[in-house]
Amino acid sequence: MNRRHISLGVAIAVIWAALFLAVKPFAGWLTGGVFGLSRNSRLGSSVEFFLYEGPKVLLLLLAVVFVMGIIRSYFTPERTRKALSGRGEFKGNVMSALLGVVTPFCSCSAVPLFIGFVTAGVPLGVTFSFLVSAPMVNEVALVLLFGLFGWKIALLYLGTGLVVAITSGWVLGRMKMERWVEEWVYKTGKAGGSTNAGSVKFQERIEEGKTAVRDIVGRAWPWVLAGIAVGAGIHGWVPENSMASLMGREAWWSVPVAVLIGIPLYSNAAGIIPIVQALLAKGAALGTTLAFMMAVIGLSLPEMVILRKVLKPQLLAVFAGTVGAGIILVGYLFNLLM
Amino acid sequence: MKKIQILGSGCMKCSKLAQVAETTAKEMGLEFEMEKVTDIQKIISFGVMATPALVVDGMVKVSGRVPAPEEMKALLA
Repeated sequence: MNRRHISLGVAIAVIWAALFLAVKPFAGWLTGGVFGLSRNSRLGSSVEFFLYEGPKVLLLLLAVVFVMGIIRSYFTPERTRKALSGRGEFKGNVMSALLGVVTPFCSCSAVPLFIGFVTAGVPLGVTFSFLVSAPMVNEVALVLLFGLFGWKIALLYLGTGLVVAITSGWVLGRMKMERWVEEWVYKTGKAGGSTNAGSVKFQERIEEGKTAVRDIVGRAWPWVLAGIAVGAGIHGWVPENSMASLMGREAWWSVPVAVLIGIPLYSNAAGIIPIVQALLAKGAALGTTLAFMMAVIGLSLPEMVILRKVLKPQLLAVFAGTVGAGIILVGYLFNLLM
Repeated sequence: MKKIQILGSGCMKCSKLAQVAETTAKEMGLEFEMEKVTDIQKIISFGVMATPALVVDGMVKVSGRVPAPEEMKALLA
């Protein structure tokens, strides 16, 4: 890295910050000045919501995905496995959940990862902690939460997501479920693992960041905009407090129902969070909303189908049940405290 | 004759990787054969934990991502 690269980086950061600060006044000016819409009208508040949240979230997404891409280049699945193999209970679960946040993971390679971990001596429960935290606590979810709700809720999500991953993995480990893993998995033998690690130049890590932006933002942006558009519609048209009786704190049954509805619903964080934000603004309780969001992002039907290849139905059911129960507890806890 | 294998159980990135590898190899004028490995047990036997992965003459070159065409050239060379 030389001087020219550093000054280029600083210049990009300054432009980014200027754009970020300009979004709000620009959205207001477009809505009021150019379209001539009143902020208090339904259409006006929807349009302003969309014009403000859309670019803001996309800008945040670009920056965070780029930085995360660089950070992730330091954490390969191979290194994570090495760090976790032979770890004991609890401490292993904590590390596993934390590494799940930063290790690159795609639910389409959940099976090779599962086998790679288990055959290398990573305990089953510790592996589960990883499989829960990796999809649920991800940078796209955190960015959207930060952008739309603020840092408190983003941190809350990070913390509770980790707690659910740690405890459900620990509980599953205690239950000694090894016999419910498909037999062929353990017969596979220890995987060699011979990928090109070597020393990587910082320049290449920046390239990794750019690849992550192309890959993740390139795929997620239509979802983000669609989610924000639905959110904008709810914002303008759905009356205040209309969600209170349905998803409010008094409706005790709403937490488990939200989780049950959330599991088969398959969406990524990008699509669901703007909708969730609008629900929350209309009187839904925080715990219920958080539980719904975690169930949608963390427990997905396609991933269950993929994991069925290595887990017998009994273990799969216990896995989904434990994680689901954890999410429900989080929901009740927040409804109680907030 | 180079043997190029694409490991992956048919996700979107896997076909992307196959496509990049094929066009790059053709551009380079390589003599090659290409195989898509979709069987999980076979994929595991390469010691790969993230799909898609690129294997050239039995050596795992990249796993978990799709390299850019320039990088692909170096990997196939």
